[in-house]
Amino acid sequence: MKFSEQWLREWVNPDLNTQELMDQITMAGLEVDGFEPVAGKFQGVVVGEVVAVEPHPDADKLRVCQVSNGTGSVQVVCGAPNVRAGLKVPFAEVGAVLPGDFRIKKAKLRGQPSEGMLCSASELELSEDHAGLMELPADAPVGASLTDYLKLNDVTIDVDLTPNRADCLSIKGIAREVGVLNSLLVEAPEIEAVQAVHSDVPQIAVQAPAGCPRYLGRILRNVNLNAPTPLWMQEKLRRSGIRSIDAAVDVTNYVLLELGQPMHAFDRNRIQGGIVVRMAKQGEKLVLLDGQEVELTAETLVIADHDKPVAIAGVMGGEDSGVGPETRDLVLESAYFDPITLAGKARHYGLHTDASHRFERGVDYQLARDAMERCTALLMSIVGGEPGEIVEVASESHLPKSRVIDLRERRLADVLGLAIDRTTVEEILSRLGLHIDKLLRDGWQVSVPSFRPDISIEEDLIEEVGRIYGYNNLPVTEPVGSLGLRVEEEAVRPVSAIQNYFVACGYQEAVTYSFVDPRVQQMIDPEREGIALANPISSDLSVMRTSLWSGLLKTVAYNQNRQQPRIRLFETGLRFVKDGDGIDQQPMLAGVVVGDQLPANWANGRRTADFFDVKGELESLFRLLGIDVQFIASQHPALHPGQTAELVRDGEHVGWIGTLHPQVQKNLELNGTILMFELFLNSIVSGYVPNFKEISKFPEVRRDLAIIIGNHVAFADVERVAKKHAGERLTALRAFDVYEGESLGEGNRSLALSLFWQHPERTLNEEEVHSLFTGVIDALQEELGATLRS
Amino acid sequence: MENLKQLVQDGLAAVESADSLQALDQIRVEYLGKKGVITQQAKTLGKLSAEERPAAGQKINEAKGQVEQAINARRSDLERAAIEQKLASESIDVTLPGRGQDLGGLHPVTRTLQRIEQFFSRAGYTVEQGPEIEDDYHNFEALNIPGHHPARAMHDTFYFNPGTLLRTHTSPVQIRTMEAGKPPFRMICPGRVYRCDSDMTHTPMFHQVEGLLVEKDVSFADLKSTVEEFLRVFFERDLKVRFRPSYFPFTEPSAEVDIEWGQEADGSIKWLEVMGCGMVHPKVFEHCGIDAEEYRGFAFGLGVERLAMLRYGVNDLRMFFENDLRFLRQFR
Repeated sequence: MKFSEQWLREWVNPDLNTQELMDQITMAGLEVDGFEPVAGKFQGVVVGEVVAVEPHPDADKLRVCQVSNGTGSVQVVCGAPNVRAGLKVPFAEVGAVLPGDFRIKKAKLRGQPSEGMLCSASELELSEDHAGLMELPADAPVGASLTDYLKLNDVTIDVDLTPNRADCLSIKGIAREVGVLNSLLVEAPEIEAVQAVHSDVPQIAVQAPAGCPRYLGRILRNVNLNAPTPLWMQEKLRRSGIRSIDAAVDVTNYVLLELGQPMHAFDRNRIQGGIVVRMAKQGEKLVLLDGQEVELTAETLVIADHDKPVAIAGVMGGEDSGVGPETRDLVLESAYFDPITLAGKARHYGLHTDASHRFERGVDYQLARDAMERCTALLMSIVGGEPGEIVEVASESHLPKSRVIDLRERRLADVLGLAIDRTTVEEILSRLGLHIDKLLRDGWQVSVPSFRPDISIEEDLIEEVGRIYGYNNLPVTEPVGSLGLRVEEEAVRPVSAIQNYFVACGYQEAVTYSFVDPRVQQMIDPEREGIALANPISSDLSVMRTSLWSGLLKTVAYNQNRQQPRIRLFETGLRFVKDGDGIDQQPMLAGVVVGDQLPANWANGRRTADFFDVKGELESLFRLLGIDVQFIASQHPALHPGQTAELVRDGEHVGWIGTLHPQVQKNLELNGTILMFELFLNSIVSGYVPNFKEISKFPEVRRDLAIIIGNHVAFADVERVAKKHAGERLTALRAFDVYEGESLGEGNRSLALSLFWQHPERTLNEEEVHSLFTGVIDALQEELGATLRS
Repeated sequence: MENLKQLVQDGLAAVESADSLQALDQIRVEYLGKKGVITQQAKTLGKLSAEERPAAGQKINEAKGQVEQAINARRSDLERAAIEQKLASESIDVTLPGRGQDLGGLHPVTRTLQRIEQFFSRAGYTVEQGPEIEDDYHNFEALNIPGHHPARAMHDTFYFNPGTLLRTHTSPVQIRTMEAGKPPFRMICPGRVYRCDSDMTHTPMFHQVEGLLVEKDVSFADLKSTVEEFLRVFFERDLKVRFRPSYFPFTEPSAEVDIEWGQEADGSIKWLEVMGCGMVHPKVFEHCGIDAEEYRGFAFGLGVERLAMLRYGVNDLRMFFENDLRFLRQFR
């Protein structure tokens, strides 16, 4: 909410400068977002009076004027269309300085001397309006400083109110806070009932009392809406961020700003029959004041006449029933609409108005009559007219209930951590308008005023006391509590250990969006349908990821486009997959590698990272985690059919490793061989706690062998067969050479293996080792068709 | 015996001019070996009388000793020179870069999260996780934000359907933790949150850490110390902290926390908002089946990117999610 500092100071005027005032209300919870001077920086501008106007002898559009500054008159050449004799205008005399450091000097315009300048409002940065000279009221004192006359030493303060503080959406509300904070009385303008001069009253039927528990109407006849809004009112509105339209609209806006009660004026002669407050009929149409035609829904509360809707209640009036210069009779509306009924309605129609903003947050439900009287009196002072009686339709049972809350002194001290003395508490409460009904043995019984819909429980009162007392005046103490420590399982490694491992392996951690481009995801995971957002921010961030690869590959593209040939990335985070009617949100770990395995460097050589580099890094990870994972040749739609392994732990699928499929790579416009892996974090973090075994004192025996074997036979099978026949004393099996060459014959390769045996309690003898070794060789020959290489 | 002196002189000269260990060894054989010219002098002793022999023998021994000493000295010189030569030939340019893998790095958000988690873990808080696709109840209703509440407008929510959404804050994990356990509670929940908003200062995804402490006797004053201590430890300096009244539907009283961050143009303290906090609202306790008369609690929430930006001087929020390696590498 924006408001004029001076307007506030008419209500309550603490001995604080502007900055101090803004700091004070900020610290009371009304956060000041910013402030702006209400006018540009200028000096030497006075109220001038145009005494005489004559045509310029040599220019059609210029006039030669005599302008009085109160003590004498000078000649000024002026081109404004509205210059005329008798007009009072801002007059920048010779020597004046206008905004932008523009100095006024004696000049000649088309040969005619000109001493000074008559100003428009925009030249003084008083408004955007540069249609002509700013016209000052006829009673403006000629010669007075314009700054003094218009009280331009003022700022517009913009307060960013939290949604609970509906009571501060008015000068009255902010003044109340400032009064409390400075222990000052607040001076409100006196509101007196306007005497009716006729018995013409509007016919009002409230058919939806739950949505509209109170509705007041009054007829004001024979108004003159051609009468201009006085400058003081225009200025207050302008300084509070509202543009002047006409007297009827300006006055209702003025009351809204001053008291916080949104009001509306209808042209009486465009209301057929009487006023009906009801829910809209589904599909009813209404053209609003902003010219837009809306189709109403049955959940919308409307103000209607006997034929049709004439306004969306609490949001915006209709164009047809709106007032204009020709309007003679007004129907004024002042109502209390239920916040829950109005919630979200303005938004539904793409609207947000000063009225809807207030009604949705809760207007003072006892304010409507005062506001009506205030509005009537102000209007009549401008547009004249004959007032009638106020008609009020209220449904007590639908109005908010008055609330009485007990505040316990002990509870107050417990929650705030400080026992505040009783007088201070009572002073704070009563200045806030919270009425202390009676003193209780252990506290106070407090009545909540109608303007504080946000206060409904004891904690709300505690907050009010704490807030006004000052959070920063409360003590600072250490929390005391039971410090039961939770068991941390040693076998379960924290994710941070995994992250740190990949960092040590040269990977950079990435954090990519959880929603991805469905087209990319389709390439990575074509068999699964991603979960789509109903309201995505853009189409390339519209589907929840089913794999972390989508985001990582996009990151590879981003960096390859920025001359980064060597990329190693990992990420941890959730993937989202449909699971029947539910959604499975699974923590994943994924990585991508492209470019040289080692950084370019005189000693590192230049070798592009391949499958076995990444596999080796994963194998080390598994050792770190204390888990045993098999790599099984397999197929994945995103991966190269000959370079893909499924990762399996104890029969459970735990992830994938492979080379990105060349076709997918091409479609994604990526360069180089891209290696990728993705693992289910929950399936790999839990390993074992080490269990000591006696170290054998007896020697280890090693035997090497080389076999020629079909290259369709996996090493894993060779290992499995060898281990099966090597006996229980085998301690290790290592492949130390793999070779493919023409000399071996088509489709063959050579594998060289080392086998190690050791017995915990004795030296193994030559015969038993030899027997096991030949057993292994025989089995490899028989079961896998291997031949021993000589 | 004149001859012996000459032999010693010749021997010493020869040792002096020996330029290798090999040459030196030859000299040793030539003078001191079994058939060496000085050794051979012993044969002359037989011609001497018994009285003369001891003195002459001693002279010969002295001569041998003199030459031997010279040989030893020369040998160590030559050996030292040889080692030095070998070392000289083996010297390398130690300023060339080392071999092997380069170090990667953690994302600055993770780095920041780890620091936050360390602080609260030391203070006895557990680290909890919760779903990112949430239901309306946990994200809003249970946190005292009913459907019509104007506070919902503050959350630009991503929806899948009317009851399912991407969590807009980490606060639902408060609810899930309290539903699943029994008080007291000390927990934080770090994680991703989502808002349907994207511009210079907003990304549709960012990170928060939610904190919750529930005890029988805890107050706003305790909350103040927790927040102040955290900020002091996080920024590693004493900084001014202020608590400004604010509004969150799930806490009452509620506050925003500002820290001193340099000066305004007019010399006054520049305050930056870094956290929100407050005492757990009784409605929230009610939703979780906790008696608000028996237990009180405080909760706080902080924006991780915000803290990371302040800590590391990052000036554009969006960079966190572009994952430009030239950006990420600055945080290793």
